[in-house]
Amino acid sequence: MTFHLDATLAARGFEVSLSLAPAETVAILGPNGAGKSTLLAIIAGLLRPDTGKASIGDRILFDLAGNANIWNAPHTRGTALMAQEALLFPHLSALDNVAFGPRSAGASSAEARATAMHWLTEVDAGSLASRRPGQLSGGQAQRIAVARALAADPELLLLDEPMAALDIHAAPLLRRLLKRVLAGRTAIIITHDILDAFMLADRVIVLEEGRISEEGPTRDVLERPRSRFAAGLAGLNLVTGTVNGHGITTAQGQFVAGHSADTIASGQDGVAAFPPSAVSVFLTEEHGSPRNSFRVAITDLEPHGDQIRVHAGGLSADITPAASADLGLAPGMTVYFVIKAAAIAIYPA
Amino acid sequence: MSTTGKPLAAVLVAGALAISLAGCASGTPGPAASGSASEVPKPSGTITVFAAASLKATFTKLASDFEAKNPGTKITLNFAGSSDLVTQITQGAPADVFASADTKNMTKLSDAKLIDGTASNFATNVLEIAVPPSNPASISSFSDLAKPGVKVVVCAPQVPCGAATDKVEQATGTTLTPVSEESSVTDVLGKVVSGEADAGLVYVTDVKTAGDKVKGIPFAESDKAVNTYPIATVGTSRNKDLAAAFVATVTGSEGKKVLNDAGFGTP
Amino acid sequence: MNRRSGSGYTGIPAWIYAIASAGALFVLLPLVAMVAKVNWPQFIPLITSESSLTALGLSLRTSAGSTALCIIFGVPLALVLARTPFPGQRLLRAFVLLPLVLPPVVGGIALLYTFGRQGLLGKNLELAGIQIAFSTTAVVLAQTFVALPFLVVSLEGALRTAGNKYEAVAATLGARPTTVLRRVTIPLVLPGLASGAVLSFARSLGEFGATLTFAGSLQGVTRTLPLEIYLQRETDADAAVALSLVLVAVAVAVVGLSYRRRHTGAAPEGAAK
Repeated sequence: MTFHLDATLAARGFEVSLSLAPAETVAILGPNGAGKSTLLAIIAGLLRPDTGKASIGDRILFDLAGNANIWNAPHTRGTALMAQEALLFPHLSALDNVAFGPRSAGASSAEARATAMHWLTEVDAGSLASRRPGQLSGGQAQRIAVARALAADPELLLLDEPMAALDIHAAPLLRRLLKRVLAGRTAIIITHDILDAFMLADRVIVLEEGRISEEGPTRDVLERPRSRFAAGLAGLNLVTGTVNGHGITTAQGQFVAGHSADTIASGQDGVAAFPPSAVSVFLTEEHGSPRNSFRVAITDLEPHGDQIRVHAGGLSADITPAASADLGLAPGMTVYFVIKAAAIAIYPA
Repeated sequence: MSTTGKPLAAVLVAGALAISLAGCASGTPGPAASGSASEVPKPSGTITVFAAASLKATFTKLASDFEAKNPGTKITLNFAGSSDLVTQITQGAPADVFASADTKNMTKLSDAKLIDGTASNFATNVLEIAVPPSNPASISSFSDLAKPGVKVVVCAPQVPCGAATDKVEQATGTTLTPVSEESSVTDVLGKVVSGEADAGLVYVTDVKTAGDKVKGIPFAESDKAVNTYPIATVGTSRNKDLAAAFVATVTGSEGKKVLNDAGFGTP
Repeated sequence: MNRRSGSGYTGIPAWIYAIASAGALFVLLPLVAMVAKVNWPQFIPLITSESSLTALGLSLRTSAGSTALCIIFGVPLALVLARTPFPGQRLLRAFVLLPLVLPPVVGGIALLYTFGRQGLLGKNLELAGIQIAFSTTAVVLAQTFVALPFLVVSLEGALRTAGNKYEAVAATLGARPTTVLRRVTIPLVLPGLASGAVLSFARSLGEFGATLTFAGSLQGVTRTLPLEIYLQRETDADAAVALSLVLVAVAVAVVGLSYRRRHTGAAPEGAAK
């Protein structure tokens, strides 16, 4: 069943409109404070927007548009919410936790426990059924939280950074589990990790300052980002401007030459994307085959793998530690970032 | 060294001090030793009088009259249930005079060898029926109190007015079924005043003090249970002269007048 | 001072122990003094006399009844005060806590003005044939009035600390509000509820002023143990002290039992994060 949502919450500068096709998983990416958790809270019924409407198929979650005033309580919406903290009920065993959803829906104690056991086995936590939440590790608790959410048989599954609190051993296990259980389910997952987006999501929505700044199929957004945040996640430098032949002209009037996969009409908004590894750092302005040279002031230097990443003027360049030492780079210095046009991809915004 | 009586006594004395200070606010300190001739050396100093609660109005008046007549004296009054006062005195509370609502409590004190000489009886009190002004249960005699459905409140037998009630019951052959047996006659009166009780057995003096808040119904058999009030100087008093002077006032003609006006009888 | 091996860092400076000991002594010494005054040869006959046993039985029954009423009315009150913000909430909380500061006798007078024969509600109740004053019901009402704040304060604190994140999760799993209350909220604050109930019971047991003013004093009907002690001290100080010891023993037993239960009972709070 298709999911539609329109919602506005002026107090948080939030205004979002999105849809999900049946069995589609969408990843929500965005900086902290962008409104990602607000979005899930509104869908789940824990937060009331100023106006808007949401529905799953025929079922209306809320309708505050115009003069309508329909607000369905969280327990009637068929949306199960999973947070960073597992939030398993401390006074119930793992089995009773998972059985909570079916029991609340009216199943008998025996039926609910059977359903719960089934889902616990699905998440490879069958042996933990009789344990109390206080006796579980973070990874185990999150798995049981997944089972609990699924046992409630939701029409829409909402996941708020489920891997965030897990260590590097537990996260991949949960990711594989989610890949398995999310197949065929309608779900929205908030994440900071593009690996989650790649593995779990069909589509990606980038939320910045309460508004959608970019959306599209996962590979499209993360390989050819059009928003600064997505570019940052994908590890690419991004310069925006107007398309002008084989490059773009920035708002400051600088021409960035690059290459594009197909011909693009001039005059429309476009972006130039290039990886930090393609950037060379010079202390003086150089004239050579590279056509693009940006004069920038260094703001930060940080180790990045076995390279040094130089942050300057909103862009990043990866150079070897030896090179950085030779040049004597330090924050505050003015340097030139030089990139070959062949390394810059131009595409419409 | 006792730990129970002293703090309570201190609080009560402070309270009584506040009360008596209010009463004595208008008293002026008299001339020091200006040679006005008198029959006996004028008593002076301060004494504390422990008196039964039912003596509050009368003793307050007697004390302030005494202070006016004898400038340079101060009388601090402490009113409470008689047995409470006995407990306080035996635990060492500073008292100079003790006036009890019955002889039983005075005997307790004299048995403990805490009084000077012997006590003198200075007043009597008898019971009276108190009803709300509208007399909802139409009480007119003691036997009416035993009518079914009448809510009568009495004192518990352990307190003097309760013992008197018992005596009257036995003398008249009427057994009462009260809805409550209070530990102090003030509480009995309170329940009549508030209208909760149809009738209560209190002292004649209580009915008088209550004024038009209650209606008093005297009954003939009340003289079967007469409470005698004794007064004595406490053995540990530090100002026996002043104490004796006050006792004399109470037992003398002046005291009799004030007590009779309040409804007390003469022993 | 020996430090037991295996014990950790308490963070308490040494002089705190001195003041704490003084405080403990201040509370314990009067009890010791009372125990020293007990007439031991006469103890058993004194506390098993008919009036004593009646008073004790009445006290236990009425206190149990008032604790039940405190739970029935206190839980919803605490929930509303802790979880739903509304204008005037602070004012309501102040009034709910009023019986804590009100002298019990004044509380009894107020109850009289409400439920007495000529009281606000009492007038209508009289017409309906229901008489509250001088009855055991009055005792229970008086005890509930003074003990309710203890339960509300205790429970409200526990509810605030617990927050409502578990309730939100339960709702998204499909649980109706009543189910959430029954299966999530109450079980999670059971320790706070239990300690509030114990405090209420103890307060009810010791209630005196309001009972005396509102309910009266009649053996078997309204003369609870504190009222019996008040009466006995007029004539029999030994009985008064003996009964006081009984009251203290019952209170210590109740508080001691519940404290143990809190530590060995409910599952540890806080799920794995």
